[in-house]
Amino acid sequence: MKAWDVLARIPDPEIPVISITELGIVRSIDERGAAVEVSITPTYSGCPAMHAIEEDIVARLKEAGYSDVNVKTVLAPAWSTDWIAPGAREKLRAYGIAPPGRVHLFAKAVSCPRCGTVRTERVSEFGSTACKAHYRCLECLEPFDYFKPL
Amino acid sequence: MATKPEFVLRLGDNALVLGQRLAEWLGHGPALEEDIALANVSLDLIGQARLWLGYAGRLEGQGRDEDRLAMLRAQHEFRNCTLVELPNGDYAFATVRRMLFDAYQRVLLARLAQAPDAEVAAIAGKSRKEADYHWRHSADWTVRLGDGTEESHRRAQAALDQLWDYTRELFAPDEVDPDAAGLREPWLALVEPVLDEATLAVPAPSRFLSTGKRGVHSEHLGHLLAEMQILARSHPGAQW
Repeated sequence: MKAWDVLARIPDPEIPVISITELGIVRSIDERGAAVEVSITPTYSGCPAMHAIEEDIVARLKEAGYSDVNVKTVLAPAWSTDWIAPGAREKLRAYGIAPPGRVHLFAKAVSCPRCGTVRTERVSEFGSTACKAHYRCLECLEPFDYFKPL
Repeated sequence: MATKPEFVLRLGDNALVLGQRLAEWLGHGPALEEDIALANVSLDLIGQARLWLGYAGRLEGQGRDEDRLAMLRAQHEFRNCTLVELPNGDYAFATVRRMLFDAYQRVLLARLAQAPDAEVAAIAGKSRKEADYHWRHSADWTVRLGDGTEESHRRAQAALDQLWDYTRELFAPDEVDPDAAGLREPWLALVEPVLDEATLAVPAPSRFLSTGKRGVHSEHLGHLLAEMQILARSHPGAQW
């Protein structure tokens, strides 16, 4: 199995419905025989999940037969929610997280992942993890996370 | 021109010390959402501090990594501005301090994102997106408090009166940062409209100049460091 396919099966530790490749944080893979170097980029500087992700990458690639695994962090260009895979946006919604809008478009209404209405309001700019804001639906009253555009 | 390790230390120490101050709000925020917000911002700042301090250690070339720099330096070796080390006070003080600092971060990091040093540019490019987000929150709350009730206005103005003099240090040029003064105009262009909307009056200028970034701190930093560093100093090299 190729390294990319291995990584494509590693779930994000906080949002397990999407993989780290769908999240857009795997920047490059350099395979040389049994050695592989993976470059990843943090979503947020202080994201505590990055360490768990690194450990998962090393463990899974070793299970897949790579003997020498190195994980490198790259910062530039900075990660953007625009790098989240299109299919993953739908998975986020189905999981109850409103997917991020496009970064450079003017912020438009956030639709409720449960009933779809745009009659929602922001409770707080910050939510359960660094990458999310806290919203509430004014139609079905569901409180939900919004993956904020960055 | 090569990047000075001391300049990078300032960036890291500013983020670390304010990150620690914000972490002190855990369980003490005025509402659950604000508690979570400050924890989030704290986490971002500590993440930024790790990047800056890691780089400062490599530039310095004496084998000090981010942990050693954060946990094993004494007060006079810290290079943060005095503004970020002042005790939290009430929520108005914490909010106005963040607003003043977030505005500074926004203009400083935007400039550094264009720096010839690729590592400085990368860390600044990453951090500035977070600073923009932090700013939305702190500017929004400054307006809410300043243009809120009589009591919240009084507290926000008192906070601004106390904090304003400490902002002079941010723009005081020296051999480590000769271009510091140039950031004041763009900083004011961010801050003044917010203060205006918040119905807060800009205090009269004074001659007071704090000196934290040169290693001469207020009495408050030592107490902060004692709490932040005790675990690392009590169990050197511990792993878990």
